[in-house]
Amino acid sequence: MKLGLVIDLDVCVGCHGCAVSCKQWNTSGTTGPLTDYRPYGEDPSGVWFNRIRSYEVGEYPRNKTINFPMSCMHCEQADCVDVCPTGASYKRKEDGVVLIDQDKCMGCNYCSWACPYGARELDRSSGTMKKCTLCIDRIYDERLDEYDRQPSCVITCPAHARHFGDFDDPESKVSQLVRERGGYTLMPELGYNPTNRYLPPRVTRLIPTDDVSKKSLISSVKEWVNKAITR
Amino acid sequence: MHPAFSVIFFTVASGAGYGLFILMALAYLLGFVDFDKGSILTGGLLSLALISAGLLSSTLHLANPKNAWRAFFRFKTSWLAREGVFAVLFYPVALLFLLGVWVNTDKPDYNGLVAVLGLAALALALATLFSTGMIYGCLKTIRQWNTALTPTNYILLGLATGSILFVLVLVLNAKPVIPIASLSVALIILAAISKAIYYIWIATVTGPTINTATGFTRAQVRLLDTGHTAGTFLTQEFSYFAPARLRLMLRVVVFVAGFFLPVFCVGLLALGLKGSWLAVLAILAAFAGITAERWLFFAEARHVIRLYHGAQHT
Repeated sequence: MKLGLVIDLDVCVGCHGCAVSCKQWNTSGTTGPLTDYRPYGEDPSGVWFNRIRSYEVGEYPRNKTINFPMSCMHCEQADCVDVCPTGASYKRKEDGVVLIDQDKCMGCNYCSWACPYGARELDRSSGTMKKCTLCIDRIYDERLDEYDRQPSCVITCPAHARHFGDFDDPESKVSQLVRERGGYTLMPELGYNPTNRYLPPRVTRLIPTDDVSKKSLISSVKEWVNKAITR
Repeated sequence: MHPAFSVIFFTVASGAGYGLFILMALAYLLGFVDFDKGSILTGGLLSLALISAGLLSSTLHLANPKNAWRAFFRFKTSWLAREGVFAVLFYPVALLFLLGVWVNTDKPDYNGLVAVLGLAALALALATLFSTGMIYGCLKTIRQWNTALTPTNYILLGLATGSILFVLVLVLNAKPVIPIASLSVALIILAAISKAIYYIWIATVTGPTINTATGFTRAQVRLLDTGHTAGTFLTQEFSYFAPARLRLMLRVVVFVAGFFLPVFCVGLLALGLKGSWLAVLAILAAFAGITAERWLFFAEARHVIRLYHGAQHT
């Protein structure tokens, strides 16, 4: 088995729902808590397994905003595991999930240096490295309904931009999606061979802008006044 | 990369310690230095003190030091584990070698055994230095480090600073200094050339870009929002990159204090001038210069995670 995620960049709306849901589930999960520092201070920070960044691709008018969620890619060539001196980091043979044994980690940060995707974050209060577990404490829990045996981020995504499954099975939903939509990996040139795939945005027609009426003199003056006057 | 001072002190101090030990063992075994008990024991203890101070300092950057004893377990794949194993194995062998030298000088009955111990300690010291370099050299995520020049520089700079320490030990024990001072000049010049090649090599922009990082390789990609309002572990660890002026200034420090001044001082000793202050000045300048070099080694390294935070290339 090769478990992982497919993330559809065409429909991700950048709501951060996956990250919040991940934090909620995992802070009381096997590698929890996901400590927050100064949560009500001026510079709140903390441990997250999932981060969403937004990019602008292309130039106006052929541009598009892409929201980009990133978590552990559960790489087949996981250098983070190889460089770990203590044996705390390991990759499970049976399903390819990369995990950290919190009882063995000495907090040297070396694995986070070896990860190109920023998946590993040090918890400064426990002094140990933490990362996405692919909700390992959930996907095998037979007390849950079958639908709920998926990572928290996948279930919560309101746009259905995230899919979970076995990439070794050619008929699984994730394999089909990758086949049909041209799913790709990030920074393939580094040779980590990540399991998670991203589906590129579909090519859509250009929204015409030539029918937009020109501004009148009055509206231009109003706009200028609004910009010039600050509260 | 964020430069951690505990790691900088560790690599500078223990690098010089291992370099001193390697050269001293070599000089003793090949017999090209007029040695006595005093100088070899001073040198041996100095190198062990530097190595121990460095290793202790390196544990300071651990967030969970109570598990530091586990750091020897992944010898098979991790250069950090290998470094730890070699560093720990070095101690008993090096101490036995020094003991052998101590006992052997009066009645040289155990030459063979002492030679074997010396070679073993030398090999372990070299292996530790190489592993230290490979800890950084093996990371594909930081192209400024992922080169054979990284372990080469760690070994050469360790030997160069170690050779200056060796000169200092000989000067303080009033021993003939010219052969080792000449060797030291050669080693410092070699290290300077290798470091210059490294700086030229990292000046070229190659490797992953924001396009390959996001997969959008046929259009311009620009960061709109990182998704967080304050710093995260990732920005604290990987975002730091020294400004151009500071980098230039520190490179001048590296070449003037780290290479030129030591070559000048040790060169005068090699030409037959007397004066222990020359050796003291050389080692002080070298430590200052190599500390700047090590700081730059971190501050000029650009981790690929910076691409996701808006950098266009590594």
